[in-house]
Formats: sequence, C-alpha cells, structure tokens
Amino acid sequence: MSASLPDTAPASPGEETPVRRFPTAPLFLSGPAALLFAALVLTPLFLTALLSFNQFDYATGRTGGFTLEHYLAVVTDEYYLEIFLRTFRISALATAICVVIGVPEAYILSRMTNPWRSIFLLVILAPLLVSVVVRAFGWSMLLGPEGPVNGALIALGIGRMKLLYSEGTVVVALVHVMLPFMVIPVWTSLQKLDPAVEQAALSFGASRATAIVRVVAPQILPGILSGSLIVFGLSASAFAIPGLLGGRRLKMVATVVYDQYLSDLNWPMGAAVAVILLAANLIIMLTYHRMVEGHYRRRLG
Amino acid sequence: MTRNGPVALFFHALVVIFMLAPLVIVCLVAFTPENTLSLPTRGFSLRWFQAVFHHPDFVQSFWNSLWLAVLSATLAVALAVPASLAITRWEFPGRGFLNALFLSPLIIPHLVLGVAMLRLFAVVGAAGSFGWLVAAHMVIVTPYVMRLLIAAISGFDRSVEQAAFSLGASEATVFRRVTLPMILPGVTGGWLIAFINSFDELTMSIFITSPSTVTLPVRMYMYATESIDPMMAAVSALIIGITAVAVLLLDRVYGLDRILVGQH
Repeated sequence: MSASLPDTAPASPGEETPVRRFPTAPLFLSGPAALLFAALVLTPLFLTALLSFNQFDYATGRTGGFTLEHYLAVVTDEYYLEIFLRTFRISALATAICVVIGVPEAYILSRMTNPWRSIFLLVILAPLLVSVVVRAFGWSMLLGPEGPVNGALIALGIGRMKLLYSEGTVVVALVHVMLPFMVIPVWTSLQKLDPAVEQAALSFGASRATAIVRVVAPQILPGILSGSLIVFGLSASAFAIPGLLGGRRLKMVATVVYDQYLSDLNWPMGAAVAVILLAANLIIMLTYHRMVEGHYRRRLG
Repeated sequence: MTRNGPVALFFHALVVIFMLAPLVIVCLVAFTPENTLSLPTRGFSLRWFQAVFHHPDFVQSFWNSLWLAVLSATLAVALAVPASLAITRWEFPGRGFLNALFLSPLIIPHLVLGVAMLRLFAVVGAAGSFGWLVAAHMVIVTPYVMRLLIAAISGFDRSVEQAAFSLGASEATVFRRVTLPMILPGVTGGWLIAFINSFDELTMSIFITSPSTVTLPVRMYMYATESIDPMMAAVSALIIGITAVAVLLLDRVYGLDRILVGQH
C-alpha cells in the first residue's frame, strides 16, 4: 500500500496536477477492484450475451450452435408478448401512481419544519432498506382473505374480495417499494428551489394553485422525470413482488427469466429475455443521465 | 408544520400509513399465539420466534447471510478505498471507464447479474461456492461504498496532507494518521450501507446460492412460495429489527438523509 500512495502526484496547493509520465499509482490502486469487475461483471455479461444466441435442445438439455430463435420468440410468441406487455402496463401504472403520490408528498415534506421534516423523511425513505421479501410478505398479509383490508371491506358491507394474485396487488406493492425513488429526486430539486420565489408569486397576487403550477412545477419537472425513469426501470425488472404477490399465472419479465433458468432449464431463452431487459434498462438510464446532464448544462449556461 | 393546510396533512398521514402498514402488520402478527396468520387478539406470544430459533434451515441461512454481508462489505471497502483514491486524485487513461464500471451494478438489474453470474460459475465450475457468492456480493455493494468514498475524498482539504508531508511524515503515516481518519465517516457509512444491501439481497442471490449457502432472503422467498405461517412473520420482524439497528447506526455515523438523498 505504502509504495502506491500519491507521491507521484505532488499536488502543490491551488494547482491541478498535470502528470506527464504515465501514472502507475492509480493503476495499482484501482487494479484489484478493476480485476473483480472485469471477472464478475464484464465476463459474465459477455457469456450471457453469447448464450442467448445458442440453440437449446429440450430432449438432451444441451446448448450450442448459433440461432436467433429466442429473440424471434420474444417478438412473435404470444406468451412472451403478453408478458412484456403486462410488465410494461404494470410498470407504467406504478410509475404514474408514484408521481401522483410522491410529488405532493415531497412538496408537503419540504414545507415542514424540523424536527418533523427529518422524522417523516426517515419514515418515508427508511422502508427502502428493509428487505423486499419482508415488504411483499407484509402486503400479502394486509390484502389476504383474513387481512385488515378485507376486514374493513366486510365491515363496510362491500364483502370479502379476492385481492391477492391480481395485477392491482402487484401495482400497490410496487408503488410501496418504489415511492422513495420518486420522493428522493423531487425532494432534491425542491431543496434547490428558493422559497422566496413562490412567496414573490403569491405577493404579486397569484393564487396558490397558479404559484404551484407556474413557479414550483417547472422547477421540479426534471426531478419528476428522473424519478419516473428510475421507478419505471426498477419496476420493469422487479422480481420479488410479482414472484410473491402475482402467483403462478401472473408472470412478469423477471419471473419468466427465473422460470426459464430454474424450472424449464432453457438457459438460452432466459438469457435472451435477460439481455433484452438489460438493454431496455440501459436505454432508460442513459436517457436519464443525458437529461440530468442537459439540465445542469442549461442551468450553468 | 404550520405551512401545510389540513388537506395536505391528511394526505401526508395517508402516505405515512401506506408506507408503514406492511411493516407494522408483520411485527404485530409475529407475536400471535395462534396457528394461523392473524393479529394477536388474545395476548402476545413468543412461540413463533422460538420456532424460528429451532428451525435449522432458518438458523443456518441467518449465519450464511451474516457472514456473507460482513465479508462482502469488508472486502468491498478494502478494494473501494484505494480505487476511489485513484479515481478522485489522478487523471489517467481509462479513468472515466473505470468509474462507470464501478458504478454499473447500480443500473444493471440484479436479475441480469444473477443469471450472468450463474453462467460464469457454471463455466468455471464454481457453482454453489461460498467464496464466489462473496465475490458476487462485493460487486453489488461496491458502488454504494464508492459513492460515499468519492464524496468524502473530493470534499477533502489536501493541504492537511501536505502539512504532514512537510513535517517529515512518511506516506504510510500520512495515510494512516491523516487521510484515513478524515475519510472515516465515508468508510464506516459505506460499510454499513454495503452490509444492509448484501444482507437484504434476494434477486441475484436466488440464482447463485446452493442448498448449503442459501441466504436468509432466499430462504424466506422459497418458504413463502410454499407455505405461509406466522413463522415467516417472526423472521420478518427479526429482519426489520436488525435493519432498524443498522439504520440507526448509519444515521449516527453518516446521516441517513445524506446517504439516501445525496448531497447536492
């Protein structure tokens, strides 16, 4: 360790250090982590991409050769089309509900004074750190046939409803898991907003609604958009929620990949679906990145 | 509190109930004396916690998860400290690529990482090995550690190090006595967030654990898909308890809002 400490870059204060010769120290320092990531991120992803083009023989379970049939199956087979459509529908719905709940909630939080603000921020964000299996299990109890929600429905005279294993339940649980990812970026953009601007609008005679629509909303729009992209991306690849609350029939992309790998043992097909999921996610995240960067450039420029 | 109207506060109360309800019901049902999932209406009982502690599979999975989280968090910090020093303090070819590579597990779905690792482990004949499972978890927790460390090192006054050097301290001494103490909140905060993320991880682990290395979330997932009894609630309540302790520690050493919201 000591030999690789930053003596090759003798930074004199107040000056960026131009290093002429090829620096060896940073390569030693980042080498171990780089090896780990080359071995366990780049290599496996490359192997999986290769695998997705292999043929699969159901009789022998062997894989090999080259084929595009798995990718073709995804765009032609009704089974896969339905699953991708359902995943898109559920993720879009969860994202929309997260906007409707998360944006006002972040606004309300930002208008609170401490200590309430810190306490409730913790209450909204901390469930993020509790295992998703626990949260899914909590929802299965809340919405189960003997659960309190059905208890309330019976008490109201509506009667017992079958809530579990429906798209609605999956959406509700996804909203619960994803809401913090919407609150965080909106909260962050609200922090940058000078409350005096809203006050000024009000003092010039704007109504409360006008002030929110014309002054606050444009400022937090980038936060809402980036939150939406994160929520959509995470929902589309969610595994535990549809796995535990969707039951056997209500499959989403992630649970289908799981089935292909661990029940059907058709790894190439599973790999093809996984590659498509990864590509979709990367496109969403790069869009997000570009948007955030563009936003900052505009702010600076 | 005064600037929010009654409608806003009512909405806020509903959101808070929505966020807490699934966690609260789990903790309540864990204390039921009944044989079925039900709220404890006839007094509290610890029988289901006892059942968990006498269930060899859950006990084994708990220790697996604990070791896995401790090892992967510790090793990830050991790799991330030098790597983030390299990325923040030097301009070198490939720096941007390395930075993106180290953060990439944040944008790759864990499901995709899981199937990819499964393929790799099958190719190299490492299926079911605990060591490779630790390495896989290091990959997914490293980005969280790096983010905190890069923030800690960037906001660091180099002149303190310069002063130590000019007073004759060796590089090793400067690192141990100056650099490390100054980035220590980032190191401990990073370790804790890495621990929590590893301990909770399900989606990647479910592909690469073997019967002897099954982690607690994977065991719970398998258990919940087959049968549901109050023991699940008791395990969940224990996990909520462990997470709460880790969260409080994290809040102490680093500030939870700083980790979750980031400092912009």
